[in-house]
Amino acid sequence: MKYTCGADADRAAMLASIGVRSVDELFAGIPKDFRLKGGLDLPEALSEIEVMRRMEELAGKNRPGRCFAGAGSYVHYLPAAVDALASRSEFYTAYTPYQAEVSQGTLTAIFEFQTFICRLTGMDVANASMYDGATALAESVLMSVGVSGKKTVAVADTLHPHYRRVLETYCWANDVEIRTAHGEAGVMMTPAADALDGASALIIQSPNFFGCVEDVSALSSAAHAAGAHSIVVVTEPHSLGLLAPPGKSGADIVCGEAQSFGNPVGFGGPALGMLAAGAGFMRRMPGRLVGRTVDSAGKEAYALTLQTREQHIRRERATSNICTNQGLCALRAAIYLSVLGNGIRKLAILNHKLAARCKKSLSSKGFRPVFERPYFNEFAVKIPGAPAVMKRLEEEGYVPGVHLGDYYEEYEDCVLICCTEMTGPDDMDGFAEAVARFAK
Amino acid sequence: MPVIFEKSGCGRSAYPMPEWKLDDADPIPPELLNDGVDLVEAGELDIVRHYTALSRMNFGVDTGMYPLGSCTMKYNPKINERVAALPGFTGLHPLASRGLSQGALEVLHGLSGLLCAITGMRRFSLAPAAGAHGELAGVMVIKKYFEKRGERRGVILIPDSAHGTNPASVAMCGFETREVPSTSEGDVDMEKLRSIVDQNVAAMMLTSPNTLGLFDRNTPAIANLLHDKGALFYCDGANLNALLGVVRVRDLGFDLMHINLHKTFSTPHGGGGPGSGPLGVCDELEPYLPVPVVLKGKDGFHLEYDRPDSIGRIHSFYGNFLVALRAFVYISMLGSEGIRDAGETAVLNANYLLSLLRKDYNLPVDRACMHEFVLNDKNMPGGVTTNDIAKRILDFGYHAPTVYFPLLIPGAIMIEPTETETRETLEAFAEAMIAIKREAETSPETVKTAPHTTPVGRVDAVLAARKPVLKWEP
Repeated sequence: MKYTCGADADRAAMLASIGVRSVDELFAGIPKDFRLKGGLDLPEALSEIEVMRRMEELAGKNRPGRCFAGAGSYVHYLPAAVDALASRSEFYTAYTPYQAEVSQGTLTAIFEFQTFICRLTGMDVANASMYDGATALAESVLMSVGVSGKKTVAVADTLHPHYRRVLETYCWANDVEIRTAHGEAGVMMTPAADALDGASALIIQSPNFFGCVEDVSALSSAAHAAGAHSIVVVTEPHSLGLLAPPGKSGADIVCGEAQSFGNPVGFGGPALGMLAAGAGFMRRMPGRLVGRTVDSAGKEAYALTLQTREQHIRRERATSNICTNQGLCALRAAIYLSVLGNGIRKLAILNHKLAARCKKSLSSKGFRPVFERPYFNEFAVKIPGAPAVMKRLEEEGYVPGVHLGDYYEEYEDCVLICCTEMTGPDDMDGFAEAVARFAK
Repeated sequence: MPVIFEKSGCGRSAYPMPEWKLDDADPIPPELLNDGVDLVEAGELDIVRHYTALSRMNFGVDTGMYPLGSCTMKYNPKINERVAALPGFTGLHPLASRGLSQGALEVLHGLSGLLCAITGMRRFSLAPAAGAHGELAGVMVIKKYFEKRGERRGVILIPDSAHGTNPASVAMCGFETREVPSTSEGDVDMEKLRSIVDQNVAAMMLTSPNTLGLFDRNTPAIANLLHDKGALFYCDGANLNALLGVVRVRDLGFDLMHINLHKTFSTPHGGGGPGSGPLGVCDELEPYLPVPVVLKGKDGFHLEYDRPDSIGRIHSFYGNFLVALRAFVYISMLGSEGIRDAGETAVLNANYLLSLLRKDYNLPVDRACMHEFVLNDKNMPGGVTTNDIAKRILDFGYHAPTVYFPLLIPGAIMIEPTETETRETLEAFAEAMIAIKREAETSPETVKTAPHTTPVGRVDAVLAARKPVLKWEP
């Protein structure tokens, strides 16, 4: 299947206009020795019917199941309006909105997204998105270090391990030292002084990787007392429907993952990094910013702004190299948040109550919670012989949470379970009953 | 156009909340809770009308042609969208065990294989979420490679025509950029290059074909020069569309490259993403790829983390999977013949369009182009600038070409029609550009105050930057 069209007569006329006899002549600039004589080693082209069959077969080899896994990627209900609106081709086939006059749709929606993120995080400025939560964190750290000049950061060990790994990669590339601030019983207590000493920032996640809600105020104060920025990571932003905005609890930068707003889990991508900060960081922020302005007739309009921060203008002195970001995912988030609106509080409470019911159900069957801390919609329980139990649960059609023992030896047989509105009360009870059955 | 917050007033959320009866949960200390939220309360119909109206103010590939050089705004096939919506893909959690995700892993493994067949590289990582992310990962691979060899090389060379992401990516890895000038013919100046390649140069990054739309005739010589000094050769694959099925990037001597799936491989631009920037490497650099790598064993596919020389993770999971999926479908549909046809037709279309425009527009470098070409506003009458032309073309129902890039051509107008435009569309676009030239001659004010028929007139970018308003407030 080719998406080109042109009859032979067209080709002949075009070649004549150019002044060559064959298309081959147009490639004369490439040394003959390097030009391929035969075809590429690719499978035969497929028709649409054949491709659809093949892809349905591949999709069928995945089993999304009833999902009780969270850990940075969250299965939430996507209201029908989100797909219906985001699949309008004027949105998804559009280019980056550099020509503002023909991109007001994209620009307005991104402006709304920025507004939603600021309101939920309690921050002054949010950008148009980063690739994902982990790279949003990495770039937040680079922003902090760029402002402070201090090439050390302190990272809570309750941070998502994948985020830690990505941060290690970016810090290695930039000679930034990472010190670990050790938590206890699933949360960060006061970070040790030697972790914070001379650090540009303290990085904490709330709710953290173990699902526990951190005391962001106390930790931010500790950071500030040591002259460090407080960077707060949020991987499940539905928590902001219920929990205090980090910006009101002393955070200087809030970053993380907004995938759960209107985007499917999609095997981890595309994701939706968010980055928000105090007004003082505005000109140091990576990524695009959409601002309000007027047009030549004085009519309100939106445009990309403060572009002198960006790579296409500042090049090696840009605040980041980021160009393409996660535009359509941010649009989906804006539509989702428009539909959800202030209902986010009710939905957050629902998530929390569902998690509580699941936790209680499991507990009553002998599967004790690992941590005694406030949580939002994720919690860990101890299931003896967890790996084998999880295998049986998979056969029963579950994605049965995440085995913490895969990440931390000391949490062998501890399973991190996430509950959202996608798994209702009956699903909870069924799951707990299945766990009990298989853990015998 | 009002924002959604101004449509608030319904008094309730539009979300279809289930009313399950649940017990109260374990209490959360009140100091950890918020006092309520203040987002919006709009009805579903108002929301639907709002975003529908917004979409109608947008231009898209489905609306009309984007002659944007270096962006390859080709048609986004609808079959890709249908596949990317299959619940077996969208609903799969990234931490589902390997037994539950064989289909997804097969797609990632398969796409790497297809991209290797097209480019000659050994393996691709699909983790980079955009071209710039792929470049960054590539520079990290270069850094790791020399670290392993115990060599301290601090410089990466880029041509003066390089895209801004190149030096920005280099800087984000602690290297210093040094610019290599181009000749008036548009090739890298070999004499100048020879004088600056030394033991401190880790690599050179080159877009191929280059950002003038020209194949640098010195490419193999550059490769030899760099390799002789122990340096690496990176290909910025943004312009890969011109080489599809014609030449393999690895064969030209490049050691590593990134590809933009949202350019060459038809995945939609989304108004600024999500894209995907796979990083491909030769044999020698394969151990340095980001983790995890998708491998195929006798019992299926799995994610491999035991890669001691890897640069590490660069993404929270495995990259933009649903974007990679679309590219996989696209290549499956095209096959070898279709891939070659895309490359050839892209170059044919660009040369044809150039032949229609060259009498009326200045061509700074007069050579047969590849998939794109660069004109500029030199000798444009009436004081009409490249920016004016870009704004006026919007009135004719086309998106503007890429403007003011590459930097080495003042007032650059970079045009890339892609292979999916027909001869008729190309001719109509050329007519529009020529009409604008006539207007510049007879009534330049029309051009200088354009656009006139778009949803908003020319926006005030200066005001937007001088008084930044980055969120809505009542």
